Amino acid sequence: MGYPHPSHARETPVISKHFGESEARTLSGWQARGGYETLRQALATDPVEVQNVVKDSGLRGRGGAGFPTGVKWSFMKPDGKTHYLCINADESEPGTFKDREIMRWTPHQLLEGTAIAAHAIYAETAYIYIRGEYTEPIARMREAVRDAYAAGILGANAMGSGKRVDVHVHKGAGAYICGEETALMNSLEGRRGNPRIKPPFPAVAGLFAQPTTINNVETVCAATHVLKHGADWYKSLSSPTNPKSTGTKLFSVCGNVARPGNYEVGMGFSMKEFLWDVCGGPPAGRTFKAIIPGGSSVPILTPEECEGAVMDYEGIQAAGSLLGSGGVICFDDTQDMVRQIARLARFYAHESCAQCTQCREGTAWTTRILERIRDGEGTMKDLDTLLEIADNMTGKTICVLSDSCATPVVSGLKKFRHEFEAKIPKNRSSVMIPSLSTAAA
Amino acid sequence: MSLHAMAPAGHDDHAAYTAVFTGARRTELDELLTHYPTKMAALLPALWMLQEDRGWVSPEGMDEVARVLDLTPAYVKGVVTFYTMYHQHPVGTHFIQVCTTTPCNVCGAEDVVSTFLKETKCGELGVTSADGKYTVVEVECLGACGFATPVMVNDALVECVGVDTVKDLLAGLD
Repeated sequence: MGYPHPSHARETPVISKHFGESEARTLSGWQARGGYETLRQALATDPVEVQNVVKDSGLRGRGGAGFPTGVKWSFMKPDGKTHYLCINADESEPGTFKDREIMRWTPHQLLEGTAIAAHAIYAETAYIYIRGEYTEPIARMREAVRDAYAAGILGANAMGSGKRVDVHVHKGAGAYICGEETALMNSLEGRRGNPRIKPPFPAVAGLFAQPTTINNVETVCAATHVLKHGADWYKSLSSPTNPKSTGTKLFSVCGNVARPGNYEVGMGFSMKEFLWDVCGGPPAGRTFKAIIPGGSSVPILTPEECEGAVMDYEGIQAAGSLLGSGGVICFDDTQDMVRQIARLARFYAHESCAQCTQCREGTAWTTRILERIRDGEGTMKDLDTLLEIADNMTGKTICVLSDSCATPVVSGLKKFRHEFEAKIPKNRSSVMIPSLSTAAA
Repeated sequence: MSLHAMAPAGHDDHAAYTAVFTGARRTELDELLTHYPTKMAALLPALWMLQEDRGWVSPEGMDEVARVLDLTPAYVKGVVTFYTMYHQHPVGTHFIQVCTTTPCNVCGAEDVVSTFLKETKCGELGVTSADGKYTVVEVECLGACGFATPVMVNDALVECVGVDTVKDLLAGLD
C-alpha cells in the first residue's frame, strides 16, 4: 500500500499489504495473518526444490543489481562448510525507504523470509545488517527475533523441523558504502567498511571467509510469497509482455510530488500512470522537471522520457536509466538542477570509503567543480573536465560508488546543460592562464 | 607482554576511567560473542554499548574495547573513525541530525537546518550550544525520504519537520 497513504486501487499490495496495521507487528498478529506457515512448509522441503520454485518465479534481487534470486541461492551447495546468510538492510540509497517500512510494520515478514532463505542455502546462521540510523526498525526486528526464539520458530529445532536456524540483528554505524555486499561483510566482521575485490565471490568466500549469500530485505520477503502461492501466481502479478521482470515491486517516491510514500505495483506498470495517477503528479501548480527512477545512483530522466516507460528492469533501461532500488526522486520546475546534482555529488564524496584513487579524488573534485559552477564561479572548460573525470570514475574501481557519482553528473550535463551554462559568467568562458615563462616574456 | 602494558611509566591518564564492560554489560557482551565465530565481529556492537553508556567513544573507551576483544587500540580507532555515528568527542544532550541529501534538499531541508542553528543558538554545524544542550549536524540520507525533512534527535526519528515546526520540536525536548 502507499504508506502513509491508503492503498491505491491500481496497486498490487503483496509485501506491503499489512503496512499501517500495528497488530501485524506482533508474533500473534503475524501468525493470524498466515505467518510462518510458509516457513514450516519450506523447512520440510529440500533446499534444491525451494531454489527451483524461486528460480521458476523469475524473482530478481530488489537491492539494485537485479540478479535472479533462485540462481544466486543455487550457487550454495551442501559441501559440509559453514554457510552464512546476510540480509542487507543497510538501506541508504538516497530516495529509497521501502525496507524501512517492511521492518517497521512487518518485522516477522522479514524474519520468515530470512529463515526460508537460510534453509534454501544450507545455512544455520543469518545476520540481518540494519543501518544504525534505523533505530525503530532495529527495535522492531530485535523484538521479533526475541519472540520468534521464545516460540521455538528460531533456534536449534526451528518449528520442530530438527533444523537449526539462528538469526541475529547487527546494527551498522553510519556508512552508505556498507550497503555494498562485500563492504557489509567487512563491517559485520568488525572492520572498516571497505568493499573487497571480487573474485572470490561471496558464494565462495564471503562472511568469515565462508560461502555466503547476501539478499535484500524485499527480496526474501517476496520469496516467501512465491513459495506460499507458487511461481505461476507470482508471474501473473506482472505484465505478461516481459517475462524477465516478474512479480511486484515496492517503489519509494519522494521529492517534489503530491503524495510521497511507498507504492507496490506489478512489474511493467506504466510510469506515466504511476507518477501522475498513483502518486498524484507534481505538487499543485507545478510541473515535473526531472525524475530519478531508481535511487540516486541511476541516470536522471526527463518527464518526456518517463511518459512512455514501463516500470520494470528492462523498461526503465530502455528509457535510458535503471530500476535500481526503486527509489523515485521527483524534481519540479522550481528546482535548480546544478544545485541538486552538486548536492548529490557531495553525498558520494562524503560516503566514498577512499580506497580507490578514482573514487576518493574523483568524487571530491566533482563536488568542488560543481559547487563552484553553482556559485557562479565556473568556466566552460569545467564542463569538459567534469565529463573527463566522470569517464575516469566509471568502471575503474573496486565497487560502483564511483560510477554512481558520475552517473547523475553525466546524465545531468547531457539533459540540463543549459542550466550549467547559464551559471557560467561569459567572460570566464575560456580563461587561459599563461605559463610563467610566457608571462615573463 | 600485551600491547596495553607498553604505555610509558607514569602514564596515568587511564586512572580516572571506569570500565564499561563489568557486571550486566560484561554478561551482555559475553552473550553477544556467542553470535559470531570471531571476537572482532563484536566490535561495532561493543562500541555501541560504550557510546550508549558514556555518550561518546573516548580514547580510554576505545582502549577498553580493544582489551576486551583482543584487538589493538590503533585497530579500534581505525574502525571508529570510519563510521559517522560514533561520537569521537562529547556532544550536546540533544544531538540533532538533519537530513539534507537531495530528496530532502528539494523539499527545503537547508532552511530547516538554518532554523535549527538559529533556534538552538548553536550558530554553526557541529558546535555544541553554550548551555551544552544542543549539537546540530547535517546528515546524509536518513532513509526516510518520503517524510521530508526527517530529523534524528538522539535515537528518535522525527518525520516531516518544517521550518515552522522546529520551535515546537525543540520545546518538546525540554
